[in-house]
Amino acid sequence: MTTQILLSGFGGQGILFTGKFLAYKGLLADKNVSWLPSYGPEMRGGTASCSVIISDEEVGSPIISQPDVLIAMNLPSFEKFEPTVKAGGIIIADSSLIEAKSTRDDIDVYYIPATALASDMGKQSLANMIILGKLLKVMNDFNEDEIKTVLSKVIPPKKADMLDINLKAMQLGSEN
Amino acid sequence: MADKILMKGNEAIAEAAIKAGCMHYFGYPITPQTEVAAYMAKRMPKIGGCFLQAESEVAAINMVYGVASTGKRVMTSSSSPGISLKSEGLSYLAGSDLPALIVNVQRGGPGLGGIQPSQADYFQATKGGGHGDFKMIVLAPSSVQEMADLTVKGFDLADKYRMPTMLLADGTMGQMMEPVSLDYEVKETVDKPWATTGTKMEREHNIVTSLFLKPDELEDLVVERYERYKVVEENEVMYEEYMMDDADICIAAFGIAARVAKNAINEARKQGIKVGLIRPITLWPFPVVPFKKAATHVKEIISVELSMGQMIEDVRLACECKVPVTLCSRTGGMIPSPEQVLEAITRANGGAK
Amino acid sequence: MAVVFDKPHALTDVPMHYCPGCTHGIVHRLVAEVIDELGIEGKTIGIAPVGCSVFAYNYFNCDMIEAAHGRAPAVATGVKRSDPENHVVFTYQGDGDLASIGMAETVHAAARNENITIIFINNAIYGMTGGQMAPTSLPGQVTQTSPYGRDTKHCGFPIKVCEMLSELEGPEYLERVTVSNVKNIRNAKKAIKKAFQNQLDGKGFSLVEVVSTCPTNWGMTPQNALKWLEDNMLPYYPLGVYKDRSAKEETK
Repeated sequence: MTTQILLSGFGGQGILFTGKFLAYKGLLADKNVSWLPSYGPEMRGGTASCSVIISDEEVGSPIISQPDVLIAMNLPSFEKFEPTVKAGGIIIADSSLIEAKSTRDDIDVYYIPATALASDMGKQSLANMIILGKLLKVMNDFNEDEIKTVLSKVIPPKKADMLDINLKAMQLGSEN
Repeated sequence: MADKILMKGNEAIAEAAIKAGCMHYFGYPITPQTEVAAYMAKRMPKIGGCFLQAESEVAAINMVYGVASTGKRVMTSSSSPGISLKSEGLSYLAGSDLPALIVNVQRGGPGLGGIQPSQADYFQATKGGGHGDFKMIVLAPSSVQEMADLTVKGFDLADKYRMPTMLLADGTMGQMMEPVSLDYEVKETVDKPWATTGTKMEREHNIVTSLFLKPDELEDLVVERYERYKVVEENEVMYEEYMMDDADICIAAFGIAARVAKNAINEARKQGIKVGLIRPITLWPFPVVPFKKAATHVKEIISVELSMGQMIEDVRLACECKVPVTLCSRTGGMIPSPEQVLEAITRANGGAK
Repeated sequence: MAVVFDKPHALTDVPMHYCPGCTHGIVHRLVAEVIDELGIEGKTIGIAPVGCSVFAYNYFNCDMIEAAHGRAPAVATGVKRSDPENHVVFTYQGDGDLASIGMAETVHAAARNENITIIFINNAIYGMTGGQMAPTSLPGQVTQTSPYGRDTKHCGFPIKVCEMLSELEGPEYLERVTVSNVKNIRNAKKAIKKAFQNQLDGKGFSLVEVVSTCPTNWGMTPQNALKWLEDNMLPYYPLGVYKDRSAKEETK
């Protein structure tokens, strides 16, 4: 089985970090994984996207043209990638920033006002983790112990105090 | 798999180099390889090594030349436009028989080009890294694990044959993260009596030079060097074959292109098309034998590249034009899609849709 | 029989290829004497340039490396950094090598206060290639590539290396000397010795510019060349210490 996850949004929204979480989660579950970022001069504010592949087989091309899962954190990303999602696939969209709705009936689309929820938590930069919590819930894969282990891998030791708040954001996402 | 960690290809190169005993790194910032320098800048001071940001790629390669002259393991890394600047130094390293590792994380060209992945420096790496008669060993990784493994191997080969070795990667290989294991036990076993480390007043002075004004003397040296290259060709060829045993069609691809090709091959196999892959891991020495063999049982070879077709020339030479060799490629920073490759396979199979 | 004059140990027996009257021979000898006197031949690594002194690697008894044109300071940086405690590293460069094609390497090695010694031969001309205009050729100076005299409106002004580098925070020691007479030769040796001693003391980048002649390409007899040097070169390139950080700190 192979799952191809495409994450896309503005630079600075934590797209790459979210992808890294998913890749590490796959690694710790003994899967083959790849993580490929878009890269370039747009460090902040430009478009950032990230392709994560989690597979029981050897990962071939790390580039995703038809994702099983799309995480869209801004309108341009949603408009660009919504048509590419495989039939039967999933989209999680940040409805705080994306007013558009999908017209497709062959995929499951979940809208969550992640940025607004994150602002309510007092930290807008946690929107990505709220979306991540939602995704894991939707995929029936929300396991708190596992999440803690993965977070401890992807959060640098210097910022270890951020672990709890990230977990909290993911819980919030799973409940919305 | 518990011992594996997720690492970017560029970081894996840097850590593998350190594990291989490389304590000196000189570089200059350029996308998409800057992570190598950043990693070295962080690590080297902590392990008593030397990271120095040079004033230019030209200076960096000449600092490499200096350390290499003293027999120590040393490396530099850059991306395409920077490698052009280093080509002076590559020629001098080859002409002075000095070992060193040079990493090229390729981007689109020519000129300033772009910053997206490319394989358009194949000619530069395998045919002409600089002026004069010389070769570099050229290694083409296709995964983050290979980025690391071939870095270690690159230092060993450079020492063994006293020649510069290039790791020819591309932007995707440098930027992507994959699980990687860096358990190496590296032993440097090659003696370097030629190194300029001071005579200690115990021996004649050593001279490292590439200047030989008498043409017969220079000819002898070059011929001697090419004898050594012949040994490399006989002993150091590396490649991977994938589903080639019963193949009617053969894909030739290295690096990221080979991974894209594998997706297409798996899909084609599902459709009953017998297609396989030969993936050169050493671009020089080029794996001539497997292509020659393939030419006896496939009807077409498709070279999948991120260029206007460069490796394809070596594939044609290797199979002595016994079968048609066609190109399936994108360039300028674009990457062929598995669908594009599948289309080429379908066409070659006689079923153009 | 008592030996009253001998070749320094740091020089090999290889006959030098320099033209009659060329001052390279004198400067080579001074460097070799200094290496002998400091007892550092066994740990010294010299870097030869591209230019007339390209074969310097055949003349010095210490380990030698031939660098690409202008890159000697970068090569020296690598050699020095490969074993800073045990390597004594010097480059020997001409004006085209150091101040034209290798200017970036020179300036940045100085800016880093790289702990190396540079012997810079300034004779205002490219010798090896047959007498072309150098970055240090004087205004009006006739060369093969400035046949009507160096026109500063067309190709700018000569570069005063010591003055320029003295503006940098980095370098430890910059001095301009010449070898036009016995007194000047004695001074030159003192400066070269100091430039090596500085490295041994870990003080950093030390450059000695030696204003020199090129009788062949200047088209003069050796004697006239020395006179031309004193009359024309020295007014433009005044001798003296341009930077000596440690001495300055001591006098404070």
